[in-house]
Amino acid sequence: MNAWAQRVRQGDRRALARVLTWVENDTPEGRRALHDLFTATGRAHIVGITGPPGAGKSTLVAALARHLRQQRPQSRVGILAVDPSSPYTGGALLGDRVRLPADLVQDAGVFFRSMASRGAQGGLAPATQRAVQVLDAAGYDPIFVETVGAGQAEVDIMRLAHTVIVVQAPGLGDDIQAIKAGILEIAHILVVNKADRADAERTRRALEDMLRLGPGPDPTWTPPVLLTVATTGQGVPAVAEALAAHRQHLHRTGAWQRQDEARLAQALDAALRDALWQRWRATLPDEAYQAVLRALQRREISPAEAVARLLPPAPPPA
Amino acid sequence: MTTDRKIRVLIAKPGLDGHDRGAKIVARALRDAGMEVIYTGLRQTPAMIAEAALQEDVDVVGLSILSGAHMTLVPQVLQALRERGLDDVPVIVGGIIPPQDVPKLRALGVAKVYGPGAPTRQIAADIQALVRGTAPAEASAP
Ligand SMILES: Nc1nc2c(ncn2[C@@H]2O[C@H](COP(=O)(O)OP(=O)(O)OP(=O)(O)O)[C@@H](O)[C@H]2O)c(=O)[nH]1
Ligand SMILES: [Mg+2]
Repeated sequence: MNAWAQRVRQGDRRALARVLTWVENDTPEGRRALHDLFTATGRAHIVGITGPPGAGKSTLVAALARHLRQQRPQSRVGILAVDPSSPYTGGALLGDRVRLPADLVQDAGVFFRSMASRGAQGGLAPATQRAVQVLDAAGYDPIFVETVGAGQAEVDIMRLAHTVIVVQAPGLGDDIQAIKAGILEIAHILVVNKADRADAERTRRALEDMLRLGPGPDPTWTPPVLLTVATTGQGVPAVAEALAAHRQHLHRTGAWQRQDEARLAQALDAALRDALWQRWRATLPDEAYQAVLRALQRREISPAEAVARLLPPAPPPA
Repeated sequence: MTTDRKIRVLIAKPGLDGHDRGAKIVARALRDAGMEVIYTGLRQTPAMIAEAALQEDVDVVGLSILSGAHMTLVPQVLQALRERGLDDVPVIVGGIIPPQDVPKLRALGVAKVYGPGAPTRQIAADIQALVRGTAPAEASAP
């Protein structure tokens, strides 16, 4: 294990921050660290937080982190907060940290990192999964991932997280169709935040009615609908309990293990595709590739014909 | 270092004054210059700013101070950064800074000082130069 990975494993927060930067920029150092850290991953409860802009996602994550730290002083809570990059300039304004109160900023058991979406569309950043792995190997558990919050179905967070919390606020996103289309399919826990406002109860009933009509992502789990006031912490312990209950449910039903295996199978396929492509491409003179590409671009040959010309014929089936 | 490496900047407001319009304008201008700007909001203590700089692994820390307390706050922030081993992170300061304080701040180690009317394009260009001038992070050994 190289020195940086070792420092991350030993709880060095400066090294953790630097390795996250490398992983985010997909540098050789970052790839090296991920390689070294991999065997220490797979332990953390990964919790996605999504919902429309301004619903209170960041405030709720901060309140949950504080509650969990008070409950278990030994625990370490990781937070990744994704905000959109501008498609025009590539820059980003990452503002979720504003909701992190002073005590949590200075809490050595909390690590908060802002990430720009860098062109990814699904509410996460290209490197969010890798960043989660690094925090996981560093001993952070749970790891909260706040999505961009487009208010739409964010399938990527469903793939990444064990548990998805969908945050709504009264008056926001009350549109039944929008809720139906995007949210119930991915929510393991539904939170109506800003319960200090009028109409919170009505929003909760609307969500419960919809849950009766269609099941959530897991037919063996009924998503609870919980009211919170994230700014005061009211209702937050119940959300923490629901998180623990869902984690237990995943272990009890074997889903935790199955999902992990499926994710790793996908990771292996992706890595193989990558490696095979690179290995094959290295054997092919660039002129040969360009010639076929140009023929395709002139529409003289089809993509299938291009592949036939580039790849050696497959061996006959045994 | 990859070519598309983004510059990450922390924009923070230490102290108790309640105006962050200027800080927000700078934050947006830096975003528009292609940087990733971590904005931390009002009333940040020096320890909070240094801790954010550490966790976010920023290339530059920008402080906005309108309260007149820059000669107390800036040394505290620099000290908090040093305590975390972040001596190499350039710090820039913007706000209402009397001319006679500018050399004092520079002597403390502040890389750039900007008055209220400073063109944001200049700030962006300076940050780019500062980051290019510092050793690439990847090259430093643990
Ligand atoms: N009244 C009330 N305000 C709240 C509550 N929770 C959060 N807020 C406020 O709502 C605003 C938005 O909160 P955030 O936590 O930033 O919401 P978010 O969903 O993370 O927002 P984006 O990341 O911008 O999408 C802030 O001004 C919060 O103080 C709540 O329970 N009650
Ligand atoms: Mg947020």
